[in-house]
Amino acid sequence: MKLTINAISVEVPEGTTILAAAAQAGIKIPTLCHLEGVQSIGACRVCLVEVEGAKTLVASCVMPVMEGMKVYTNTKRVREARRMVVEMLLSEHDGNCQTCNRNNDCELQSVAFDLGITDITYQGVKGRNEVDASTPALVRDNGKCIKCRRCVTVCTQVQAVGALFPQFRGFKTVIGPAFNSDLADVSCVQCGQCAAVCPVGAIVENSHIERVWAAIEHPSKTVVVQTAPAVRAALGECFGNPPGTLVTGKMVAALRRMGFDVIFDTNFTADLTIIEEGMELLKRLTTAVRDKQPVALPQFTSCSPGWIKFAETYYPEFIPNLSTCKSPQQMFGAIAKTYWAKKAGKDPKNVYVVSIMPCVAKKFEAQRPEMDDSGFVDIDAVLTTRELGRMIRQAGIDFNALPDEDYDRILGTSTGAADIFANTGGVMEAALRTAYEVITGRNLPFEELHVTPLAGLEGIKKAAMTITGTLPEYSFLEGVVLKVAVVHALGNAKRIIEEIKNGEIYHFVEVMTCPGGCIGGGGQPRLTDNEKRKKRIEAIYKEDEGKKLRKSHDNPKIKQIYGEFLNMPLGKTSHHLLHTEYIKRERV
Amino acid sequence: MNLDATKLSELDAFMAETAHKTNSHSYVIAVLHKAQQLFGYLPREAMDYIAHAMNIPTAHIWGVATFYHFFNLKPVGKHPVSVCMGTACYVKGAKLVLDAIKEELRITIGETTEDGIFTLQETRCIGACGLAPVMMVGDKIYGDITPKKAVKVLAQIRKETV
Ligand code: SF4
Ligand code: SF4
Ligand code: SF4
Ligand code: FES
Repeated sequence: MKLTINAISVEVPEGTTILAAAAQAGIKIPTLCHLEGVQSIGACRVCLVEVEGAKTLVASCVMPVMEGMKVYTNTKRVREARRMVVEMLLSEHDGNCQTCNRNNDCELQSVAFDLGITDITYQGVKGRNEVDASTPALVRDNGKCIKCRRCVTVCTQVQAVGALFPQFRGFKTVIGPAFNSDLADVSCVQCGQCAAVCPVGAIVENSHIERVWAAIEHPSKTVVVQTAPAVRAALGECFGNPPGTLVTGKMVAALRRMGFDVIFDTNFTADLTIIEEGMELLKRLTTAVRDKQPVALPQFTSCSPGWIKFAETYYPEFIPNLSTCKSPQQMFGAIAKTYWAKKAGKDPKNVYVVSIMPCVAKKFEAQRPEMDDSGFVDIDAVLTTRELGRMIRQAGIDFNALPDEDYDRILGTSTGAADIFANTGGVMEAALRTAYEVITGRNLPFEELHVTPLAGLEGIKKAAMTITGTLPEYSFLEGVVLKVAVVHALGNAKRIIEEIKNGEIYHFVEVMTCPGGCIGGGGQPRLTDNEKRKKRIEAIYKEDEGKKLRKSHDNPKIKQIYGEFLNMPLGKTSHHLLHTEYIKRERV
Repeated sequence: MNLDATKLSELDAFMAETAHKTNSHSYVIAVLHKAQQLFGYLPREAMDYIAHAMNIPTAHIWGVATFYHFFNLKPVGKHPVSVCMGTACYVKGAKLVLDAIKEELRITIGETTEDGIFTLQETRCIGACGLAPVMMVGDKIYGDITPKKAVKVLAQIRKETV
């Protein structure tokens, strides 16, 4: 279809919106409620444009183009209308940019600036600013909410939870949980995807920045930090680097300069997770195939705390299917305060463990009451990628000018299999790299060890693999077709569980709560779209391929920890420190 | 609060009957109406129950229930009381009448007296401007009402009800 936008000719397929056609012509139209690929509802009216022959201005995010259409995006009428829309929003907006979590990272702020709003002529009644800090992961502030409904759509359609919904009507409309409850009192899984898409400061992470600075300054605390795989592929964006810039070395250098005493890598315990979870899978398969005993299959991965809470709430009948392995974050805390503290001659009560995570649900996970197997709270504080970015600024560090530095030993050593925990399909691939070799003594038969059918942003990915050439110990698996599935975003988790309930058979299913996996986590730099997801995933694969060791069981420090401390996978010490239990939760 | 089992089974039957309906939004409204008819208002437990039964997030049920004025979220007394706040009534002192009622019943708009007899409701103009100011109790209209008269009427009704 041919049309002109500001007299520039464009040709786009039928069904394209004016907004998308304008983007193709290099024209930016401001938006607030629109969220590419997720929500187009024409609610906020910031994207108004003039169409020749139309009486009223139209919302370009929902209006499809028509043959010969003449669109104007920058007339006086358009500018004034948009400005009025935003002034109305601002007149009801109870915010103060200087002290706001979103200062300099706020879509309302930048839209207002771009429209040249210097004065608010309307005097509206401010929204009710009720701050809900009831959950460990998130803080909501209704006074800043512009009712764009992005969070509602993400929570309902992408995550299949539906914890947030518009209530009441007209001026009294608020976006929030049922019965005006606090978020902690409803079945929110703490994934933070709402905070990831909120254009303003109405939903943000519960900040741990102050407590971490306090620990760093504390004279007798040894502050140990771990960095999750997905952080290295996104932190650079906080400092203006293009998506997909790997900043592993600079991140380590920054952490050292900030005053962290020991810099370790969650990758280490990701490798450890693969050993434990892989052996757990083989144990389940042995029970089912060799011993013909009943056992819960498929095994579901358990690294993603939002998914765990989702399963506990909505599918408690599948709790026996969840791997009993703690997530790499929690394994790290338990190991740091036992094995490492002893080795380093530290009293674990003075060891303070901080995690840097792409995730806000990790804040929830860290405070689950059972996460104290080291004899202490295993993880003391959790920072998101965004919070780390902010702390680096607070410390006055010129991030981009930093040299690359290395992690400390020994919980800083890892393989490429650990890196790919960051993206959808990665945990499965890492597990297969090890499990296949344990069963057959051979390398996984894929180029670069990448299980391509399980990679990419497709919501549900499946693969079937016939096991042949088994080692004698696993001969009972000869000829068995191993069926696996990989899903990301909880809506897809729900779909695969419904399939399983309807009789579909899988042996192993990887679930990541966030779209794209951890690289698209609720704590990553905003705004994550599919382009960014792809770039970050590419970066992660590059990190993996760049490593000498690509399989978790080849990690020499993993061999060492089993030799010196854990003894054997699924053994007594492992069971105590690295595995956990789940609880059934009420659905509200 | 435990919901009455017979009423719940009636609600179940109603949901089963309408389960095939495709427009789920109007279907939710119909089910909430049924619940209100059964329980007199929409108790939180009923909304929870419906959410589970229909497999819809509770927040969505709550969103629908709060969107429409015809749903009561709190128990309603035997006699709904309201004072017209249209311009004619307002000018003729409806606000004073309302204040007197609030004081007498010790409740504000949307609330129900402890004995469950009166619920004070919000009203817009009811079109009886000739009688302004106007108070309504149930379907009955009291015109030319004064604060004193209003209190007397309510006291009388309370006596008759107990
Ligand atoms: S939400 Fe945005 S506009 Fe509002 S106070 Fe925060 S930074 Fe400013
Ligand atoms: S954290 Fe996740 S589940 Fe909770 S309200 Fe936000 S999107 Fe919904
Ligand atoms: S909380 Fe944020 S995302 Fe949700 S409606 Fe309000 S402004 Fe939009
Ligand atoms: S962005 Fe188009 S109406 Fe909000």
